[in-house]
Amino acid sequence: MSEVREKLAYSEEHEWAEAVEGQIVRIGITDHAQSLLGDIVFVEFPELGASVSFGESMGSIESVKTVSELYSPVTGKVVKVNEALNDQPELLNGEPYEGGWIAEIEVEGSVEEAFGKLLTAEGYKGIIA
Amino acid sequence: MKPEKALIFEMSKPGRVAYSLPECDVPDIEAASVIPAGLLRGKPAELPEVYEVDVIRHYTELSRRNFGVDNGFYPLGSCTMKYNPKINEDVARFAGFAKIHPYQPEESIQGALELLYTLQNDIAALTGMDQVTLQPAAGAHGEWTGLMLIRAYHESRGDHRMKVIVPDSSHGTNPASATVAGFETVTIKSDERGMVDLDALRAAVGDDTAALMLTNPSTLGLFEEQIVEIAKIVHDAGGLLYYDGANSNAIMGIARPGDMGFDVVHLNLHKTMSTPHGGGGPGAGPVGVKSKLIPFLPKPIVSRKEDGTYYWDTDRPQSIGRVKAYYGNFGILVRAYAYIRTYGPEGLRRVSECAVLNANYMMHRLAPYYEVAYPGVCKHEFVLSGKRLKAYGVRTLDVAKRLLDFGYHPPTIYFPLNVEESIMIEPTETESKDTLDAFIDTMIQIAKEAETDPQLVLNAPYTTVVKRLDETTAARKPVLYCTCG
Repeated sequence: MSEVREKLAYSEEHEWAEAVEGQIVRIGITDHAQSLLGDIVFVEFPELGASVSFGESMGSIESVKTVSELYSPVTGKVVKVNEALNDQPELLNGEPYEGGWIAEIEVEGSVEEAFGKLLTAEGYKGIIA
Repeated sequence: MKPEKALIFEMSKPGRVAYSLPECDVPDIEAASVIPAGLLRGKPAELPEVYEVDVIRHYTELSRRNFGVDNGFYPLGSCTMKYNPKINEDVARFAGFAKIHPYQPEESIQGALELLYTLQNDIAALTGMDQVTLQPAAGAHGEWTGLMLIRAYHESRGDHRMKVIVPDSSHGTNPASATVAGFETVTIKSDERGMVDLDALRAAVGDDTAALMLTNPSTLGLFEEQIVEIAKIVHDAGGLLYYDGANSNAIMGIARPGDMGFDVVHLNLHKTMSTPHGGGGPGAGPVGVKSKLIPFLPKPIVSRKEDGTYYWDTDRPQSIGRVKAYYGNFGILVRAYAYIRTYGPEGLRRVSECAVLNANYMMHRLAPYYEVAYPGVCKHEFVLSGKRLKAYGVRTLDVAKRLLDFGYHPPTIYFPLNVEESIMIEPTETESKDTLDAFIDTMIQIAKEAETDPQLVLNAPYTTVVKRLDETTAARKPVLYCTCG
């Protein structure tokens, strides 16, 4: 069974979002997502400063099996990306909730509002069960 | 067969050559005296230096490692490695077809023009369309051509529609072609039966909808039973329906895209009609359209005069122009013509009936061992899921690798994307029941091996020249050039 962390918010497209501080939210893909994808070999990031929208594609993730879209779980502006993934895409497989984070986004409006569109850990467990 | 094969560069010895030229009978000229220094190579090209027999043996040995439909069963779903009648290869090489030039006077190539004209009409009849262009060189080229026709049609009416809808099970070329043709693509989800979700479609269409691209049967091998309703939704919104003919093997002589409500169709002649497929072509992707789109077709079209002679019809002021040099890949069109004429309408229908029967037979025998993704009657192909075997640590990739040990080309794996651990099998119409049973028995054996001795499957293949490759490291840290010698 894949790990689902209690404090995070989740999208139906298998991304997680974590409140960092202020309006900054860190995002990544779930343990369940990385296990479905298999060994990840490349991540295509959004550009710094790019606007992203909830549910819209913001990049892609390539594994040995397939290329998947990365859908943004929140609406806002990209303020940071995890450059370490360029050289070590395996971080996404090994530690999807820590070293494998993908980007930080400054959300439009409040974090509470943004997370209102997402699932709780309990809700997410329900859809991957 | 030797296990390791040296690269031809590793066989190189300085001074060895594979040619012998007569002595030069004109004065030798130093290259540097006639070619500017900036254009001259600074160091030798480092080409391999080997004897003629070594070159021949090297490449002959490599060619023996190829696997194709002429070596064995090749049930690659969605990609359709099917019957390539050898006689049609002969026909395409007839001098009257192979040694003519597209710039010859029309009166000297009447036979070739008649063949094209007849093929246009045959494809129109088979797909339920009003006119056909044979120019596009492949399936994706046909898609792009069809979308450019749709665009020209809307624009001729002053209607700027920029969205093309594709289902999430569609072939990857669909959204790619739409993007290249300048459209924005909108993906809609399938319902729980793998069909187009009508509510999602209703929500997606609007006055900006240019077209819906659909394969029927779908990529999951299922017939879209609600196609008439789907067509109505798209047409009511002012959009057109595009038919991707990748899966025509299932419906020839039984159902026609034109009757289902489609406005534009492409066929992959290299999938459905004779031409060997794979390895980069050449192929052919003719496009058929309903009457309202005829003015926009690429020019020229082959037409017939009242006196019965044939000509290149270039007087088409609203045409989107040429989409291919000359008139498409003519040799492929000859093979398709021969295929259609050899089978006739009844024969083509039998091809589809047998393709569908074979697929259903295999699906039912395999169902207890590999979960059927969408139960029911399939068409010419079906999708299984290998997820039951995950409990034993075995994945679909491992099953595919193990199949190599038994001399089979594995089915398509990990496509379509909306089925976990997917395995997509297309047996085609030509295989005997013996071949189908032997493959099924092997698949069942592998499922049992996965349960009782998973390591056996995880370490496969054992009998191939190259064993299990480390695909992950190859993708993460690729070595892209050879540093020999």
